[in-house]
Amino acid sequence: MFRNLIFPALASFAFILTSCDSRSDVEVANEANILIIGNKGEPKGLDPQLVSGVMESNLIRALFEGLCVEHPSKDGEVLPGAAASWVHNEDYSEWTFSLQTDGKWSDGVPITAEDFAFSYRRMISPDPAWPAKYASMLYFIENAEAYHKTQLGKILCGNDESFPLTWEILKETNFAGDPLISAANFKGKEFSELKEAELADFHKYLDEGETVSIKNLANKKFDKLSSSEKKIFLNLKGLDHLDVDQLGYVQKNLNALKWSEGTDDTVKQEVISRILQFQKTEDKPDLWEKAQVGVEAVDDFTLKLTMRGPVDFLPELSTHYTWFPVPKHIILQYGKINTAFASQWTKEGNMVSNGAFKLKKWRTNHFIEVEKNPAYWDTETVSLAGIRYLPIGNNYTETRMYGDEQLHLTYTVPAELIPFAKKEYPNELRQEAYVGTRFARINTERDPFKDPKVRRAFALAIDQAAFCDNILMGGQTPASGIVPPLAGYPVSDKISFQPEKARQLLKESSWGDKEIPTLTFLTTDSDGGRTEAEVIQSMLKEHLGVEVRIIQREWSTYLQLQRDGDYDLSAAGWIGDYLDPTTFLEMWRRGDGNNNTGWSSKEFERLLDEAGQIADPTTRIATLAKAEAIFLDENPVLPIYFYTTNYLIRPEVKGWHPLLLNNHPFKFVKIEK
Amino acid sequence: MLKLILSRVIQTILVVFILVTFVFFAVRAIPGNPFASEKANSPEEQAALEAYYGLDKPLPIQYANYWKNILTKGDFGDSLSLKGRKVSDLIAQSFPVSVKLGIVSLFFGVLIGIPLGIIAALHHNKMIDYLAMIIAMAGICVVAFVLGPLFQINIANPLTFFNVAGWSRTSDIFLPALTLCFGVAAYLARLTRGGMLDVLSQDYIRTAKAKGVPTIQIITKHAMRTALMPAVTYLGPAFAAIITGSFVVETIFMVPGMGQYFVTGITSKDYNLVLALVLFYGILMGIANLFSDLILIFMDPKLRKA
Repeated sequence: MFRNLIFPALASFAFILTSCDSRSDVEVANEANILIIGNKGEPKGLDPQLVSGVMESNLIRALFEGLCVEHPSKDGEVLPGAAASWVHNEDYSEWTFSLQTDGKWSDGVPITAEDFAFSYRRMISPDPAWPAKYASMLYFIENAEAYHKTQLGKILCGNDESFPLTWEILKETNFAGDPLISAANFKGKEFSELKEAELADFHKYLDEGETVSIKNLANKKFDKLSSSEKKIFLNLKGLDHLDVDQLGYVQKNLNALKWSEGTDDTVKQEVISRILQFQKTEDKPDLWEKAQVGVEAVDDFTLKLTMRGPVDFLPELSTHYTWFPVPKHIILQYGKINTAFASQWTKEGNMVSNGAFKLKKWRTNHFIEVEKNPAYWDTETVSLAGIRYLPIGNNYTETRMYGDEQLHLTYTVPAELIPFAKKEYPNELRQEAYVGTRFARINTERDPFKDPKVRRAFALAIDQAAFCDNILMGGQTPASGIVPPLAGYPVSDKISFQPEKARQLLKESSWGDKEIPTLTFLTTDSDGGRTEAEVIQSMLKEHLGVEVRIIQREWSTYLQLQRDGDYDLSAAGWIGDYLDPTTFLEMWRRGDGNNNTGWSSKEFERLLDEAGQIADPTTRIATLAKAEAIFLDENPVLPIYFYTTNYLIRPEVKGWHPLLLNNHPFKFVKIEK
Repeated sequence: MLKLILSRVIQTILVVFILVTFVFFAVRAIPGNPFASEKANSPEEQAALEAYYGLDKPLPIQYANYWKNILTKGDFGDSLSLKGRKVSDLIAQSFPVSVKLGIVSLFFGVLIGIPLGIIAALHHNKMIDYLAMIIAMAGICVVAFVLGPLFQINIANPLTFFNVAGWSRTSDIFLPALTLCFGVAAYLARLTRGGMLDVLSQDYIRTAKAKGVPTIQIITKHAMRTALMPAVTYLGPAFAAIITGSFVVETIFMVPGMGQYFVTGITSKDYNLVLALVLFYGILMGIANLFSDLILIFMDPKLRKA
């Protein structure tokens, strides 16, 4: 029996040894001119309009190309991409792009302005089931937001010359509803039990002495509600979302809804009757034409974009994958404009793209390979024959694979291995600034954080420098604000480590000498998350004497808890999508899907709105800085550090320069043997 | 024989049915939203996603539909986390990889474990026995996330024909299989030792010894068959366990096998993936056990009559 086993064992071992190439993977790849890069994990998908992660972005930037392409070495500068040239009007609100006349999809079909118009229309599809998480990136386009959110009032009245009032006046009217008083927020409580601040939300809409039953609001049908309950219900939903019966009720009781001051009754009736007419229509029309979204295919090669205000950084913005075109002819072949995950168009063999590379092989959890796209307009510049993406989930393995010549480029270097990498690969380790901020969200709706002074005390009690130098060791810098260093934007200096002042603030706060109960610190189940949480825990204990309990949850539960406001402090990070402070500020508006702190400020939002209408870059930046200052004074977050990228890159890879967004255009990357 | 196979098949079907039923409801009871992402879903979007995957229906109907789709269409559903991909495709892609890895590591395990057990038994209660059992104990205790990196650093990095991780060269199977085999080898060694000790004290072995049969012949001809019974019984389940329990080894060595789905399926609340895996695992276990039985019957004439 033994003998029977030994022979096959030796034979298979010999087979393994003889079948091995004695050259390393990198040597083989260099020969074939293929770049091998570590890419963290299996992408959620390859449809540029449905993904939101960094690893997906790394793939999509090779496969697709926007109007402009990132400059390979200069931040904030762009080169012609799918567009050969572009012009803008004086205040940067109207842009005309002339497309490459020889631009083609990878299947040889010409790329036209209509492809772009189709793509943008698809991205902001008003179908409530359309899962494009990043659709708001296109809100810079005029009326794009109104179309995407089906803001009926604005679409049916705001763009109409025959309308008796300008849209500006109706702005204060409650069209969209009020997420702050969602009945779900007050589950199980009765009106009389609500706290003063909570009551204020309701009282905005009620007359003196009126009360409502929250239970009724949640459970009863509309026509069974009392008149004051109806009032709350209508304002909760907003004019745009009412059905025919509810609109009929408002038509008779105009005051049940909150209108802008000075709107006269005829205008109100006109607004309601227009929405009513639309809601009554059996087969509701798509509002694309009516919404007058600022996207126009003037002719095959001319695309005109009208923005909602001055957007001087539109060329840079267009290098983000949300602005990339998708192939109309292929998408419609595999489904409708808004067929999302059921569509097969991104599968290997089906996918058609317009970038320097096209999809060659896609093996789940194994690798994805792209190859040079012969139909690309600028093939002469493209040096690589292909790129192989490896979904290496384990960062330590990745660094070891790099050492074994299996990769040209790593996704990251784990903090523990940075000293090793510094010693072993001094010229190959790159530590570069990355436009992102690490912070902890504060639940401002819970005690003790309802008091901004307490929040401020916490923010000043984090020894950020020690955190960066002793724990992270990757060249990160203390976050003195929420917006990381960007060219032409002054970094705030509001947040720094001041333990004395922190203790004093805590004493002065409404909390005074009372002991703060044990707080929860929510974080993800990653190794780094645990370490980070423990450091924050010990700093808060040491400098403020506050006890913190760490709660680790896996990703989806973490997101859910954060969204439900079921936390006191919650670790978080934000990476900029483009090089402008708004990418770090817009998310803190009331009701934004990424706010999750319960904090909002009218003044903050007013400044953001104001900045959106300023054409002069200096004034605009100053206004945004003012908004950031308000945000930091109110401290709905604890800023911790500004990100850096840490990665290893082989010396033969050329054309890979430090870039703040870490979005390297692959068409300029070369392997020099 | 046929009766045994038939009864095993019926047993397996029953077990799988109960297993899937239990997991079907259990996995839906885990808190968390399978469609959660950085940005909140609008209620409409959530509803549309649930409708698309049939999660909007009452649980009993979902359960009935699940079986209906499998039995009438052979459809195990779409993955909820890797959207647009069928769970059957995910398993079909990863299962061959896992089988390869499982066979090779089982082979290594047998190669190391059984001789170790025999040697230990022959030197019962002597230094060599203790040493062999310490090695076996270490094999159980030293976990993959220690062994894996150890092999990567000490074998793959200095030797050019071994890659640290990946699944593109033939040699790529060696290190993960080696890492995985130690647990199996350790159990096999202990089982073989026990079996061997049992047999060696039997009368017929003593008779053989008295007759002057050489030790090596006693072991290979007379003792081994019976002594290996417990070890062989263990091989079937061990194979299934290696295939499905290789999450750590798969992530360390970047092996595109199916072990990782057992973990990521749960953490991402991918109901369809988890259920398909459980179903698959149940069937695999059934087949593996059947094979163990058949091998035992083949090895032991006494069982053939029963």
